[in-house]
Formats: sequence, C-alpha cells, structure tokens
Amino acid sequence: MNDQSLSTIFVSACLTNNFVLAYFLGICPFLGVSGKMQTAGRMGAAVTFVMLVASLCAYGINALLLAIGAPYLRLICFIAVIASTVQLVEMFIKKVSPALFRSLGVFLPLITTNCTILAVALFQTNKGYDLLQCLVYAFSAGLGFTLAITLIAGLREKLALADTPEVVRGTALTLVLAGILSIAFMGFAGLGG
Amino acid sequence: MPYAAPASADELVKGLWRENPVFVQVLGMCPTLAVSNTALNALAMGLATTFVLVLSNAVVSLIRNFVPKQVRITTFILVIATFVTCVDYVIQALRLDLHRALGAFISLIVVNCIILGRAESFASKNPVVPAVFDGLGMGLGFTFALLCLGSLREVLGAGRLFGVAVLPAAFEPWVVMALPSGGFFTLALWLLLFSALKRRREAAA
Repeated sequence: MNDQSLSTIFVSACLTNNFVLAYFLGICPFLGVSGKMQTAGRMGAAVTFVMLVASLCAYGINALLLAIGAPYLRLICFIAVIASTVQLVEMFIKKVSPALFRSLGVFLPLITTNCTILAVALFQTNKGYDLLQCLVYAFSAGLGFTLAITLIAGLREKLALADTPEVVRGTALTLVLAGILSIAFMGFAGLGG
Repeated sequence: MPYAAPASADELVKGLWRENPVFVQVLGMCPTLAVSNTALNALAMGLATTFVLVLSNAVVSLIRNFVPKQVRITTFILVIATFVTCVDYVIQALRLDLHRALGAFISLIVVNCIILGRAESFASKNPVVPAVFDGLGMGLGFTFALLCLGSLREVLGAGRLFGVAVLPAAFEPWVVMALPSGGFFTLALWLLLFSALKRRREAAA
C-alpha cells in the first residue's frame, strides 16, 4: 500500500518525473508526431485516454492475478489489454474524425507499443497504488506526455522557419531541443517527490 | 531491395551497420536513451534485447503460415511478451543489482519497436534461418549502438568506463551527461555523425 497524497502523485507524474523528459518513455511518438501542434495535442489526448482505460484494467487484472497466484502472467495480460484498448480507440477515431485518423497515421496503432502506457500499468503495480491513486497517476502521466509533446511541437514549428544547417535537420535537431527541454523540466525537481 | 537469395552473413552484417536499428532506422529510442547512462547497463540491456529478438524472430517465422492476418500483431506481441517474462525472471535470479538498475525497462522490452518491427517486416515473411540471423544482427547492432552511447555518457559523466576510472582524477565530470538531458544530447551527436558520414558518401558517389 502506498499513502502518497493525490496531489503529490499528480505533480510527480506530470512534472518532476515527466514520462518523456525524465524517464525517456514514449520517445517514438514524441519524435514522430511532434511536427504540428494540433496533431501533437490530439495524439496526447488519445494517449491519455488509452492510459486511463489501461490503468483501470491493469488494476483489475493485477488483483485477479494475485488472487489466483499467477503474477508471472502479468506482462502478457497487460499488453493484451492495451492492444485491445488501442484497437477500440482506433475504430472510434476513424468513425468520429477521419481527418484526425489520417493525420495520426501509423502512429495510432503504434500506441500499443508506446512504452508510456505499459509503463504506467507496471509502475502503478510496483508502487502499490489503490484504485483512485492509479487513475490520478494515469491521468497525470498522460497530461505530462501531452505537455511534453505539445511543447516540442511548438518549438519545432518555430524552428522549421529558421535557417539551420542542412546536416542537423530532422531527428538530431529535435533531440537537442528535447535535451534542452529536459534541462528546463529539471527545474521542477524541488516540487513533490 | 533485391531479395533473391538472402545470405545469412549478409543478414547479420545488415543489422550491425547498414540498417543499424538505432542510428539508421531511429527505432527503439526509449531503452536506448533510458539505460545508456553506464556502459554496463547498456551492454546488459542490449544482450537481453538480442536474446528476445532472436527467439521471437525464430518463433514468429515458424508460425508465420498458421497465423491469420488479422490477429498477427497480437500474436507477435504475445510471443514477445512470453520471452520477455523469461528474461525478466532470469536476470532477477542471476543479478539482482542489475535488475534493480534496469528497473521496469526489462519488462518494457515488450514494447521495443525494433522487435515488433523485425517480426512484422522480416520474420513473418522469411524462413527460420535467415530470420534468426536477422534477429541476431539487429540485436547486435542495437547492442553496439547502446554501447556507443553508454560508454560516451559514462566516460564524460563520471570519468569511468565499466566502473573503472579511465580519466585523470583532475577531470571534472560533466554531470549533465548522466542526467536524462545528457542522453538526448549524446544521441543527437551520434546521429549527427552518422548523417554527416552518409552525406560524405553520397557526395563521393
């Protein structure tokens, strides 16, 4: 059992231990879909939603697996749940907003292999959070992801107009930006634990 | 790419250099950045990933004709998750300190895009032997890339390599290299080197 207060969990998952900039999780979409701010924001929303659902399911599964004494099945069950949730979200977005579906492209099914989601499920189990703590944790982790990806998309939109040497364009430039952003986020270190 | 008779040696070398998963394909970034703070962590992570990659490629290649197309991704993921669970428990039994240092990143090998990527783009279309060599080559290429990052970060961030001091004591460690931002910077440097090499080769050709 873990008795961290909900606000501590929120600040920690969203800012101090930001999943992208401090734990290096979800780097692939972070580099891949961060070209435009609008797409980045929506990607963040989709990830946050999948995270909430996955966290809820993972909590239930973990309790069930502990009850039948088979914790070694945890990883397999978690990933199966995440894969089906992503499938569901994919169908939903395709139906509701085909434009968004096209702009997210291959990165939508790839949410399955977005490590942030599996990491949320695993970390909440390791930390022994109760149900409410789990949901707050998942929500703030998603918010942190959205924050990081939107910030970097904003920076990249500006830099696309700048005159940079040809050799650094692309991933290398984005990585340097991410490094600087990561230093900036270290400034939050004093907040929460 | 012409693929008439894939020679095993070629599959191996391809992953190491020409199609290096990290430096050329820019895949598997999360573990690359997260566990490359020391050379030892990088090596362990690389070898664990190689193990999973070889076995999952072999199994995926064996079952490639029996799996319906619609459920193939799920099947692949489950195969991968099985092997990762094995690796997780083996490392925990052999080296508990290493298991603590790598933390959740061993479990997170499941979502390493290199593995699913190779299963989908190579193993599901080729016989077992080339698939195994492909997995081995990609795995070693990944290990090589992790070592490049890990050793650079450890030398600059702590003045050590594999825990042994290599720089004079007067050297002031660059703390930033051991921190998360150092990972981003180091990877950016390596990518720059590779893209500069590529441009030079293209200019020569």
